[in-house]
Amino acid sequence: MVRNMFGIPQPWQQFRREMDRLVSNVFDYIPDGLLPAGARSLPALNVWEEGEALKVEAELPGVRPDDLEISVVGGELTLKVGRPDVEQADVKYHRRERSVGTFARVLRLPIEVDVDRVQADLRNGVLTITLPKTEAAKPRKINVTSG
Amino acid sequence: MSNADLTKTTAEQARAERTRCGRCYRPNVDILEKPDELLVLADVPGATSETIDVKFEDGTLTIHAQVEPRQDAQTQYLLNEYGVGDFHRSFDVSEAVDAAKITAEYADGVLTLHLPKAEAVKPRVIKVQG
Repeated sequence: MVRNMFGIPQPWQQFRREMDRLVSNVFDYIPDGLLPAGARSLPALNVWEEGEALKVEAELPGVRPDDLEISVVGGELTLKVGRPDVEQADVKYHRRERSVGTFARVLRLPIEVDVDRVQADLRNGVLTITLPKTEAAKPRKINVTSG
Repeated sequence: MSNADLTKTTAEQARAERTRCGRCYRPNVDILEKPDELLVLADVPGATSETIDVKFEDGTLTIHAQVEPRQDAQTQYLLNEYGVGDFHRSFDVSEAVDAAKITAEYADGVLTLHLPKAEAVKPRVIKVQG
């Protein structure tokens, strides 16, 4: 096992980093009073910049496009997910870990995006939202003149 | 084969073993018991039917789904709340199951397994004669 200079195995460091991030982010991104009562602040998100777009990804197994509501308003991305229950009669549950119900998540976008060109793709339970940056938000090379 | 060759092979094998489940996640599951079957629902987002491996052996059900990273290793995340990697989980199934009739389907990131109960344990209505 690879160890760093403090002797902590790397997978643990990675785990700790992920946990730290998880804990710190969960509280940062839930504006008070925006979530409908009973909705949990899920799903977990991964967000990164890719070229000239911001990418938001969420794992939503069992969710179909009709169960999803995505909107971008005032620099915030709102994601509402209704995960259908598979309640059946004459059934005994031995394990019930998969969450059901309505989830919502509001993400304040760090950059200005072109609302008209936002795309969402749901494949094998993974949702990927592509939010192209506006012209104004794209990096621009500034020429320095001297004279 | 020289000594050096031997060492190299061993080192490679060891590495392969370690990385095989380098990032393994435990899928959330529902296990439902119906009168004639056990139903297992497992959340394995990002897999495909080709990358899912289901085994039933000696009363142990094993689910393994291989999931490749969807972003470059160098990606700088602005928010990184979950990791991506293989899913792995196994269960001891105490119920008598007809192993030959187990079926599996994968849709929308959910793996559904049907484990039909063996004839011997299915509830049976016994007619009282008289």
